[in-house]
Amino acid sequence: MLDIFTDFANWLTYSVIGLDPATRLGTSVHFFIEDTTKILFLLVVMIYVIALARAALDLERVRAYIQGKNRFAGYALGSGFGAITPFCSCSSIPLFLGFTSAGIPLGITMAFLFTSPIINEVAVIMLWSLLGWKFTLAYVVIGMAVGIIGGMILDAMKGERWLKDFAAKAYQKATQTVKEHPEETAIQPVQKMTFAERHQFAKNELTDIVGRIWKWVLIGVGLGAALHGFVPDGWFAENLGSGQLWSVPAAVLAGLPLYSNATGVIPVMESLIMKGLPVGTTLAFCMSTVAASFPEFIMLKQVMTFRLLGLIFMILLANFMVVGWVINAISPWLFTGF
Amino acid sequence: MKHFEVLGTGCKKCVNTAESIERIARELGQTVIVEKVTDPAKIMEYQVMSTPAVAVDGKVVHSGSIPEHDTIVGWLQS
Repeated sequence: MLDIFTDFANWLTYSVIGLDPATRLGTSVHFFIEDTTKILFLLVVMIYVIALARAALDLERVRAYIQGKNRFAGYALGSGFGAITPFCSCSSIPLFLGFTSAGIPLGITMAFLFTSPIINEVAVIMLWSLLGWKFTLAYVVIGMAVGIIGGMILDAMKGERWLKDFAAKAYQKATQTVKEHPEETAIQPVQKMTFAERHQFAKNELTDIVGRIWKWVLIGVGLGAALHGFVPDGWFAENLGSGQLWSVPAAVLAGLPLYSNATGVIPVMESLIMKGLPVGTTLAFCMSTVAASFPEFIMLKQVMTFRLLGLIFMILLANFMVVGWVINAISPWLFTGF
Repeated sequence: MKHFEVLGTGCKKCVNTAESIERIARELGQTVIVEKVTDPAKIMEYQVMSTPAVAVDGKVVHSGSIPEHDTIVGWLQS
């Protein structure tokens, strides 16, 4: 079904514009047209469908659901809900405080916030259409693992000691209440939504998300197309192959100052992998770009001390490096035919 | 006089929300106070998790998006 976009790009690039498929410019333009049309089409359809399905999911219910669960289920739930809950990064602080003041441990809240930018429906749709289901599955598993393990380490180090005062007090008060009055934390009954309400929600989501990300798609695919056409095949494999351990930390550091969301990075990933950059190194670069962004950290400063921020930053970077090395080591078995 | 508080840590949507309320109140010829609340501790007290949120006279009436035109009219006329 998706071949239609390749045919369309063939027609437009080679017949209408008249570029030669053997030239760098020709392949770049073809890549750009095929990917932008395919991605935008899939996004419009899938965002609407997914939004219909999850219209009734809101943060209050997610919080009620996570609250009071045992620790280990808590990390997985935090990270899982981080992946599927619609959530704008400008709500990070209220969400953080909402969870904390409900007595949810810091590590579980952070598992939610770590995973949230890495996995979302847009990222999954794009990965699936550009890199196939195997890669998508691996990406989701890794994204959740980064959140879960990051959260666990943070709790093991008792990170809540370094919250800002007012947040720490709210957390202590809430853990007391949960112990003394468990009935206050019961889950509210689900509100039934009519189809018309779901449709309205999905329509708003669609215009909101597509309106926000279409330029990221163009920038991301543009960069990907340039890499695709102008970097010689095998250049990455020769210069930054999986044998070179230093290439993973280098990729993580290179990703840090770049601030993008998953939408902008995934077409670049596609190109990097096609050009032979090892999968683990590519993933490390992407996660560092998407999940460790300075604007986000500066926001968290309102509720955390520098010590805690630094700790979280270090945990994330360490996680990305481990992901890079491990995936590079096992990718010959994971992605055969890649 | 109604007292509106727009809760949010300062993103574009929060600014838009505050501006819509002010504009619609002007159109209806009402004088209102619109205050932007960006202090996280204050937002936490209101128990709001998705922003922008709106409180009228100290009571949260909306959260998670820029409110629709008719919704704002509703608050102003109630």
